[in-house]
Amino acid sequence: MPLNQALVGKAYPAVSYEVGREKLREFAVAVGETDPIYHDEATARAAGHPDLPAVPTFAVVLSLRAGQVVYGDPELGLDYSRVVHGEQEFLYHRPIRAGDRLLASGRVAAASARGRHELLTLETEITTEAGEPVCTVRATLLSRGTAPPRRSGGS
Amino acid sequence: MSPHVDLTGVRPGDALPEVAETIERLDLVRYAGASGDFNPIHWNDEVARAVGLPGVIAHGMYSMAVAARMVAGWAGDPAAIKRLKVRFSAMIEPGQTLTAKGEVAEVDGNRVLVRFHAEDEKGEKVLSKGEAELEL
Repeated sequence: MPLNQALVGKAYPAVSYEVGREKLREFAVAVGETDPIYHDEATARAAGHPDLPAVPTFAVVLSLRAGQVVYGDPELGLDYSRVVHGEQEFLYHRPIRAGDRLLASGRVAAASARGRHELLTLETEITTEAGEPVCTVRATLLSRGTAPPRRSGGS
Repeated sequence: MSPHVDLTGVRPGDALPEVAETIERLDLVRYAGASGDFNPIHWNDEVARAVGLPGVIAHGMYSMAVAARMVAGWAGDPAAIKRLKVRFSAMIEPGQTLTAKGEVAEVDGNRVLVRFHAEDEKGEKVLSKGEAELEL
């Protein structure tokens, strides 16, 4: 089933996320990051961070949660088993850090056919509860073989 | 903690210290748990083969995180990174070594553009068109 391109621009309710120190350390360990700035509060503070900073790709944890809201929209018509990750981009306003109380809201930024496949771009805006911008996450997914057939009959 | 990079010495063409990581299945299980991405193609061979893969493959975001280690480690502080982008161009399986490589492409005042990729042992690009914008 093709994606519903009429949903481009649709914004979804935000999910909330409270950032814990041990979660940041766990994520840093999981990606093999041993720099003490991500593990040791004194090192982080000495570098000017108010608390432990997240490794740069941690924002994907929030993007995944916001994405579940978007991908679960039956009107979108996305079959997640056909999805391959195409591109990923993070725009950082400041690092995520321990103690942050964040909101992540997903939006369908683009949907288009490319040959037999379709491209879907999910944009997640991450802010503090007070509205301070933290990170913009763009994930482009490739939906394999779901493009509508073309009338010309070309392959 | 002092920055790892002296901005006055940064020139286009400078290579970043490479980061190499041999990916084990345990790494993917640990990453699944830490990230919340439990797609079974990253930990269950039966499911992976059923959708036409040779077996489990690494999360694209795991590979991107390895490349981000290279960029952040070079800059010395994650706060220096203003933008990070990659294209996922090939899959990589457990047992293989991923190597991230990058170089300074542009320097404009305190802003630096790094271009990078990550490749497997055969030199095939797993991540391509990597770009990182930094303020040092």
